[in-house]
Amino acid sequence: MSDFTNNFWNLYIVVLTTLGVLGCAVLLYSQSKYKVARHNGPVGTTGHVWDEDLTELNTPMPRWWMWMFYLTIVFGIAYLFLYPGLGSYAGKLGWNSAKEYKAELARAESEYGPLFEKYRRQDLKAVAADAQAHAIGERLFLTYCAQCHGSDARGNKGFPNLTDKDWLHGGAPETIKQTIMNGRHGVMPPMGAALGSDKDIENVAHYVLSLSGSAASDPIKSVFGKSKFGACMACHGAGGIGNQALGAPNLSDKTWLYGGSAETIMETIRKGRDNTMPAFGDFLGESKVHVLSAYVWSLSNESR
Amino acid sequence: MNSPEPQVIRMYEARQEIYPREARGRYASLRWLCVWLTQLTFYGLPWLTWNGRQAVLFDLVTRKFYLFGLVLWPQDFIYLAALLIVCAWLLFLVTAIAGRVWCGFSCPQTVYTEIFLWIERKIEGPRSARMAMAKQGPSLKKYSKKTAKHLAWGVVALWTGFTFVGYFTPIKLLGAATFTLAFGPWEWFWVLFYALATYGNAGWLREQVCKYMCPYARFQSSMFDRDTLIVTYDGKRGEPRGKVAKNTGKSINGGSCIDCTMCVQVCPTGIDIRNGLQYECIGCAACVDACDSVMDKVNQPRGLIRYSTDRAVVDGMTVHDIRRHAMRPRVLIYCAGLLLVVLAVASSLALRTPLKMDVIRDRGSMGREVDGGAIENVYRLQIMNTSERGHRYRIAARGLPGLALATADEVTLEGTETRAVPIRLRAPHGAGQTGSNKITVQLTALDDPALTVSETAVFIVPR
Repeated sequence: MSDFTNNFWNLYIVVLTTLGVLGCAVLLYSQSKYKVARHNGPVGTTGHVWDEDLTELNTPMPRWWMWMFYLTIVFGIAYLFLYPGLGSYAGKLGWNSAKEYKAELARAESEYGPLFEKYRRQDLKAVAADAQAHAIGERLFLTYCAQCHGSDARGNKGFPNLTDKDWLHGGAPETIKQTIMNGRHGVMPPMGAALGSDKDIENVAHYVLSLSGSAASDPIKSVFGKSKFGACMACHGAGGIGNQALGAPNLSDKTWLYGGSAETIMETIRKGRDNTMPAFGDFLGESKVHVLSAYVWSLSNESR
Repeated sequence: MNSPEPQVIRMYEARQEIYPREARGRYASLRWLCVWLTQLTFYGLPWLTWNGRQAVLFDLVTRKFYLFGLVLWPQDFIYLAALLIVCAWLLFLVTAIAGRVWCGFSCPQTVYTEIFLWIERKIEGPRSARMAMAKQGPSLKKYSKKTAKHLAWGVVALWTGFTFVGYFTPIKLLGAATFTLAFGPWEWFWVLFYALATYGNAGWLREQVCKYMCPYARFQSSMFDRDTLIVTYDGKRGEPRGKVAKNTGKSINGGSCIDCTMCVQVCPTGIDIRNGLQYECIGCAACVDACDSVMDKVNQPRGLIRYSTDRAVVDGMTVHDIRRHAMRPRVLIYCAGLLLVVLAVASSLALRTPLKMDVIRDRGSMGREVDGGAIENVYRLQIMNTSERGHRYRIAARGLPGLALATADEVTLEGTETRAVPIRLRAPHGAGQTGSNKITVQLTALDDPALTVSETAVFIVPR
């Protein structure tokens, strides 16, 4: 736990702090009263005289003020005894901010845990129908998911839109929960070398575009591309309909994760794609993920 | 300094106990009036009800401050600053005109000391009896009186602590909890802390607070000048003082002051006002009351000790002259400052819309292209309905040709609800320039068009 790698600095702080506290006490004691030459005036002076005749009046502070100073010293010593402050000494109470943070987490868990636990035991579709769970899920989503998928869950380039019916790994509520719990790693290998020349890649891209009936697809290139598409079928299937078991996207719809222009598709073929959805299971805990999954599922299944 | 015999100087002195004599008269009555007014307000206010809730409640847990019909949110914190500024200007103004009247008549320290002294007098008797009792050795009678006094003080102090906490937590629930002592830890702490502060300050420390702790007392002197009203002893008339002569009513030495020391006996800070203006003087005018009643007895005119100004006493001015001197640049500047702040606060409160909105652009994307080539931006509207009534609001956006909402354009919020509403704005292809475009998002209550807030935002058209 100690931040001090060398005991010298530990001792340095201990000695400095102790001397400081004791020094305050000695100073206070030595300055509370002292002897001066007697002076007969209406108000006593401290006996300090300078510039020939300037004297300092003694208008004493109240005694309780002095005791308050002593009390602060006692408080300081007690504090250093109970709490960390003297070098690497951890304090009698063993307090530290990490423990306090854990205690706070435990308190929050005991307060909100039962609520999440109640939902965790319910079926995901039932949770999705619950208004309170929906509000909780929305807040969880805005906190943990909106950075990538957007506040409205409609995604970004490279980050799937969660409000449509198109799912890379399947849109059943349990599958969504799997995705959030364990994360996903979607890899499209670079296929440039396997397909051949730049011309071939361009042809395949146009064929891919033709699968969804895109107007941008060049019919001639598309025909040439079709013959090379065999390299893609292992994952995307014969008609390019994708494979949710592998997380391979359906190429025959108009939903594009990275963009649907021929250039983007060519880039994807040439360089491949590597996409990671981090796992939130350990971080959020299953019961929170449960509520969150129900919310995400409801985004594309609610009749609103 | 020639004497060689040394003397011990103490830098910290034990407190000299003061036994103030009860003052009766105009100013004492005025002070009791202030005690009643301030304490009826303080003890009574938390019990009032408004809109089915406590009328004045500073709810720290939900961070909403209720003041009758007004609900203040953390965003309205500026009003607290404004209140402090108003208080400061008021203090400047009052002090410049009339010295430390606040200290002498309305300051909580004075008010509670007055109440505690009243209890002390009722139980231990008047000044002479209290002084005699202090000299006595231990006896059952003495200790039973002391115990009774401290118990009575304790009751007032606890009630004060309870009321104080009642401003921050619903006092009726707190009152119910009192019978079972079912306070939360913080309620316990603050009730006892505030009670202890009242007991210690008004019972034990008294003038020590004014002399050694109070920050106001330190800088009030900078608002004083020669035309400020102060409690002052008319030395020209009073001196030379001495014992009262039977025939004239004046002192045997010829001055008006008959050296009865009543002004010293009634002084709550234990000073002799005849030594001139001192920083310990809190301007309570107890000495004025005492001296007036003595002057009445010896058939002399009142006003040997009176509210007057330094200039008036030295130059011999009339009351009319004093009034004429009251309107001086310093006072006019303080008046103007006060008026300005009060007007600013009042108009800002009157024009305030109980609806707040922040427009937060999603940082994840610059702007996405949707079907038909339209550009879409995502925002989060943080909407706060700061009124106590629920409303339905219409969301609108403008600033680009064809700019429209792609999401629901209406939203309902309950009273004092805060909600984050994601919206999408869509502009047709070619609208605006590449990069950021300034737009305005507006929120209007359907049932009350006056409830409108507009916020500027940025719409990004990607390259």
